[in-house]
Amino acid sequence: MKTYFIKTLFVPLSGLFSKKRLTSVLTAAALLTVFGLGLSLLSGCGKEYDLYVYNWGEYMDEDVISIFEEETGLKVSYDTFDTNEDMYPKVAKNAVRYDVICPSDYMIQRMIQDDLLAEINFDNIPNISNIGAQYLESSREFDPENKYSVPYCWGTVGILYNKTMVNGPIDSWSVLFDEQYQDNILMQKSVRDAMGIALKYLGYSLNTTNEAELQEARDLLVAQKQSGVVQAYVIDQVRDKMIGNMAAIGVIYSGEAIYTQRENSDLEYVVPKEGSNVWIDSWVIPKNAKHKENAEKFINFLCRPDIALKNFEYITYSTPNVAAQELIEDEDIRNSSVAFPDSSVLENCETFQYLGEEADNLYNQLWREVLGE
Amino acid sequence: MNNKRQTLWNHLLATPYVLWMAAFIVIPLFFILYYGLTDADGRLTLSGLAQITNPVNQKALWLSLELSLVSTVICLLLAYPLAMILRSLQMNSTSFIVLIFILPMWMNFLLRTLAWQTLLDKTGVLNTFLTGVGLPPQNLINTPAAIILGMVYNFLPFMVLPIYNVLIKIDRNVENAARDLGANGFQTFLKIILPLSLPGVISGITMVFVPALTTFVISDILGGAKILLIGNVIEQEFQILNWHSGSGLSLVLMVFILISMFVMSKYDKEAEGTAIW
Repeated sequence: MKTYFIKTLFVPLSGLFSKKRLTSVLTAAALLTVFGLGLSLLSGCGKEYDLYVYNWGEYMDEDVISIFEEETGLKVSYDTFDTNEDMYPKVAKNAVRYDVICPSDYMIQRMIQDDLLAEINFDNIPNISNIGAQYLESSREFDPENKYSVPYCWGTVGILYNKTMVNGPIDSWSVLFDEQYQDNILMQKSVRDAMGIALKYLGYSLNTTNEAELQEARDLLVAQKQSGVVQAYVIDQVRDKMIGNMAAIGVIYSGEAIYTQRENSDLEYVVPKEGSNVWIDSWVIPKNAKHKENAEKFINFLCRPDIALKNFEYITYSTPNVAAQELIEDEDIRNSSVAFPDSSVLENCETFQYLGEEADNLYNQLWREVLGE
Repeated sequence: MNNKRQTLWNHLLATPYVLWMAAFIVIPLFFILYYGLTDADGRLTLSGLAQITNPVNQKALWLSLELSLVSTVICLLLAYPLAMILRSLQMNSTSFIVLIFILPMWMNFLLRTLAWQTLLDKTGVLNTFLTGVGLPPQNLINTPAAIILGMVYNFLPFMVLPIYNVLIKIDRNVENAARDLGANGFQTFLKIILPLSLPGVISGITMVFVPALTTFVISDILGGAKILLIGNVIEQEFQILNWHSGSGLSLVLMVFILISMFVMSKYDKEAEGTAIW
């Protein structure tokens, strides 16, 4: 089938150029490209950097890296990942050696459990004093002694709604199940977020492993889908679809909310009163890191107020860096309840915990039943 | 160059290709086989394959079969007349039209599918046009129909090209002979052209049906993830690092693909096409 496929593609083309030779020329070109690619990959392996950084995509102003390289003379290799679950096996299976990584709370907990992380030497990170005490306190939920992690960004999961397309102000998850919003609601296509919303609405913990509670949450999400209010299950696209007025209500991370409000002033973000997920992404150093001191230098650099501010302005996710927050020039943003909600909003919020493999499987199975409905 | 050296030369040239096939096609297939038939502790088990008895997965499989079958039929209905038209045209204009069909394939598959999302969206190009001329907006995106549209659009060239290639190879004299012997246009088509073009039709069907059956991107982008196909299930299994279930389901899917190829090959008398049997 393979050869036939290639033939079918090239025969009409060679007819076009009316030169029989074209096929062989193209083949030769293709072979050369492949070998060239192989060679360049091989030679790429030989290059040595002083620091290997592994971060979420679109989660750092890349100028910051250039500044770091200039100031320290260290060469940085910067890679990105899309989900914690993508990142975990690469680090756990030793596939690539990174020196500093930025996972989320529950994943840090899991990595500590699996003995993958090195204790950070905080003598090398004096700038930790810029991080608000409350964030280090919250970090204890996944890093009980504050030994392994330095908070980088944090935020909540909430509802983004278009003021012109909904009736009255919104303050509860109940709108996601309100049948007047037919085909108008964007849900998160991510198991913990979606199940967490349903669990919170039902009054349970979003870290529950109680099967009856989880089934109730599944039934709620299935009913929601059957009622026809869900327009789509998406992740990043919530942002663009809400900006484009394609839906009235969407579930979104607080960091994205600020960006969407800049683009479309009709949008409003709220953390529902039933509570939600509050998350922290923190820098950690894996045990097998080759350049631990450089990693600490990098973390310290990121905690510097001017650098943290630069990153905040680029990615718009809330920074735990109190000194940086004070430097924000735009008063509306500095006092924004979206970027920096006061503690009353966070009262009912929980961070995710790593629940173990068995519970993970149960969550995944129930979530698939929702999607497959 | 004598014959021996020629053969040696041929072998030498083929070596990179054989190595490439072994490394990136054969060995991965064995990996899938291994993971599909073992559990996390490396013991032999059928639990990966048994995943297909899960009602959610079963529903996804039937839905995939249904949607890919419909897309294949639509592709065939569109492609055959087109190939016939191309055949009857002069060579120069033919090449141009064929080029137009191949051109989109030079662009990234994801981009083309995302473009359809922009076209079909609630406030997308089509609906903006409809409301602009005073018609009610239509609910186009996130439906099974949108997924079928995506499949047909993306895979149509794979149906057109094999059929066209077979059709242009049919000797005009065969056709003329049929007409000489008193067959009218319709009879000529039914008794001469159609049977002779079957190999192209068969490989076209396979080349559309197989990718349509296994796709997960199209249903994600144009179905809003509301419609779960078997490809999505497998993708999710791998996402959550459940390689054993994912591979098991892939094996089950392979069985369906092999069945379809086997059925097709029964009609494909010539060695060309999907000759794996």
